[in-house]
Amino acid sequence: MIALLARDLRLAVRAGGGFGLGLAFFLIVTVMVPFGVGPETALLARIAPGVLWIGALLACLLSLDRIFALDREDGSLDLLATAPLPMEGIVTVKALAHWITTGLPLVIAAPLLGVLLSLPAPGYLWLFASLVAGTPALSVIGTFGAALTVGLKRGGLLMSLLVLPLYVPTLIFGAEAARRGAEGLAVQTPLLMLGGISAGALALLPFASAAVLRINLR
Amino acid sequence: MSIWEYANPVKFIRTTDLVLPWIAAGAAICLVTGLIWGVFFTPDDYRQGSTVKIFYIHVPAAMMAINAWAMMLVASLIWIIRRHHVSALAARAAAPVGATFTVIALATGALWGQPMWGTWWAWDPRLTSFLVLFLFYLGYMALWSAIENDDTAADLTSILCLVGSVFAILSRYAVLFWNQGLHQGASLSMDAAENVADVFWYPALVCIAGFVLLFVALVFLRTQTEIRARRARALLARERQS
Repeated sequence: MIALLARDLRLAVRAGGGFGLGLAFFLIVTVMVPFGVGPETALLARIAPGVLWIGALLACLLSLDRIFALDREDGSLDLLATAPLPMEGIVTVKALAHWITTGLPLVIAAPLLGVLLSLPAPGYLWLFASLVAGTPALSVIGTFGAALTVGLKRGGLLMSLLVLPLYVPTLIFGAEAARRGAEGLAVQTPLLMLGGISAGALALLPFASAAVLRINLR
Repeated sequence: MSIWEYANPVKFIRTTDLVLPWIAAGAAICLVTGLIWGVFFTPDDYRQGSTVKIFYIHVPAAMMAINAWAMMLVASLIWIIRRHHVSALAARAAAPVGATFTVIALATGALWGQPMWGTWWAWDPRLTSFLVLFLFYLGYMALWSAIENDDTAADLTSILCLVGSVFAILSRYAVLFWNQGLHQGASLSMDAAENVADVFWYPALVCIAGFVLLFVALVFLRTQTEIRARRARALLARERQS
């Protein structure tokens, strides 16, 4: 499993892996927002937590098709499937690799982008915390979506349609935690719910993803 | 004699052919009676005026939109566990019907909301979770039509249905939480079954029965169509090979 993780990370970081793309997309979405809604500081400060959460979610979504598509094309996914490692393990490692290469940079970059949107001072810590708690769920759910559409040509749009409704609870609790943090309210409830969603998704969804992947490789 | 006999497509078609006219006629009678009774022979609500009559379409459609998903969930489980093709096809057949009921519920709700709340749409928890349910229907149908192999499509969509059900319920409660934080909560939505007077309740009951029968009839008909379409495809394939 560790070898697989190391391999996925190496593939993502080296040339052509598209490591920085998600981050760059996040940056450009954040830069576009003031152009769309106007540069008033008060307004930007109010919508900043939600915008940053949506930006992170979209950046996550766009990088999902890389999880399985390349491995499927060059046949290494078939090799992995016949390896002694159980499919659930493969799927979990893939989700973990996706989180490390996409989720973690987003978490670290989000407070910096908060400066651009003049996020209120108490918001930084809670934005960071909510993203730490929430992005694993985004990666795990996304892995399920990627496994579902791995056999399809032009599955990208379909995958967005399938994955985005599944992201609804995560987004609600995540953005709510960040918003409450920015306004100085109590954040415990949404943050705990967010952690619960992440933990539950991490515990249960790999089984569904593995089942789906087995069907697709049949 | 067990229910699994109807997993045989021939038996299924024969039996549903027999009962379909009765169910369809029952649906028509219930809907006509219920709607005429409800629209012309009940008093106007003293605060809502005649707009209260949207109730007779809105509530049954909303109920059936949720029940259709539940039926798809059961059918998907049967497909995963016992691999009866009729079950997978019934789930496929129910999806567009459920989606249509969802649209009807949303549209009549908007028509009702305009005079009552002064807005077509509000981000009320109930409305929002229905919109999310509609998105789930869309994704489910899109996945069915995107995959060429029938068995693969049935497998993938039934797992999507299972996962989607969990997340749909999660969204329902997440939305409840989200909106309490922003707006004044559920004062917008009317909890129909609890506090409606008998005068309105009896015609509504007939309408609900009509919608249930309508749903059953449509699902039977569409499942038959799916079975026949698949048989036609199989025959064509055999023809081409010989």
